[in-house]
Amino acid sequence: MIETYKLWIVIIGLGVGSYLLRFAFIGFVGNRPIPDWMRRHLRYTAVAILPALVAPQVAWPAATGGDLDLPRLAAATATLAVGLVTRNVFAAIFAGAGTLYLLLFMLA
Amino acid sequence: MPATTPKTQTPRSAFWKGVKDGGPFVLVVGPFALLFGVLATEAGLNVFETLAFSIAVIAGAAQFTALQLLVEDTPTVIVLASALAVNLRMAMYSASLTPYLGAAPLWQRAMAAYFTLDQSYACSIMQFEAKPQMTVPARMAYFFGTVAPVAPAWYVFTFVGAAIGTRVPESWALDFALPITFLALLAPMLRTPAHLIAAFVSIVVSLLAAGVPYSLGLLIAGVIAMMAGAQAEVIIERRKAGS
Repeated sequence: MIETYKLWIVIIGLGVGSYLLRFAFIGFVGNRPIPDWMRRHLRYTAVAILPALVAPQVAWPAATGGDLDLPRLAAATATLAVGLVTRNVFAAIFAGAGTLYLLLFMLA
Repeated sequence: MPATTPKTQTPRSAFWKGVKDGGPFVLVVGPFALLFGVLATEAGLNVFETLAFSIAVIAGAAQFTALQLLVEDTPTVIVLASALAVNLRMAMYSASLTPYLGAAPLWQRAMAAYFTLDQSYACSIMQFEAKPQMTVPARMAYFFGTVAPVAPAWYVFTFVGAAIGTRVPESWALDFALPITFLALLAPMLRTPAHLIAAFVSIVVSLLAAGVPYSLGLLIAGVIAMMAGAQAEVIIERRKAGS
């Protein structure tokens, strides 16, 4: 169970922090150029964080008590593969969910 | 995009062009907002808290990240740091829009900052680069046009998801909805070898660092992977220039 005070700290903190990130350049920096090295690092933030968020959940899913689980591993692989080939977020989601449900159903 | 003869756009027509370009994204944003509403309710948030989350943060990936870490009972500081790291790309969007919108009045820029989303950024930067003759007021109007359908959809579908959330049965295996969503968002972003390297380093380090306390493994993996991506880009560029 999430404690209420902690939830609100996160909602408000994340709201203010996200706003400041969005305001940073358009508001404070104005028309000054951004250094190349910073632009280069910012380019990779999303692809650096999202896999780190997912990988442990695929390797040790909470739903199975941390044991590697074939339906979940296959679903993750299918999502990534279809996403890479089609470049379409929804095709990837359907492929992943479809694989997960099919295997959960077959192995049940 | 049809090649029309360039004529100066009025802010009004620019606004409606923005609405037209942003409109289709409702089909993408709606289901994500719905999923956030459902998962937040499953995690124990009430409808008001869930809606406040979407209004205050208005960024899908960061909200999903924060929600998951809250469920795992991660320390507050780590929840904030990780979710903000996911949102660092907003700073990049802000930077990239500045040459086009930086001359607008401060109150307009302050409002535009709140509505800097993946969708409004993607539409606007394409439009501004294609139509360099647009005036600053027309650009601002276009930008707000793109968010006019997207932002309300984000709020409304969050609310709908929260309202139906507790009625979703356990057998739907929603625990894995987030990993699938994240992977689906990730795959189309892997455009260059440097992006692939960053993602690969991220996976390896996050698994090696899984035992690090306070969920710090996520941030460690993120920082190292980001540096790996930037470094790979430099090396690849240098090779291209050298050969």
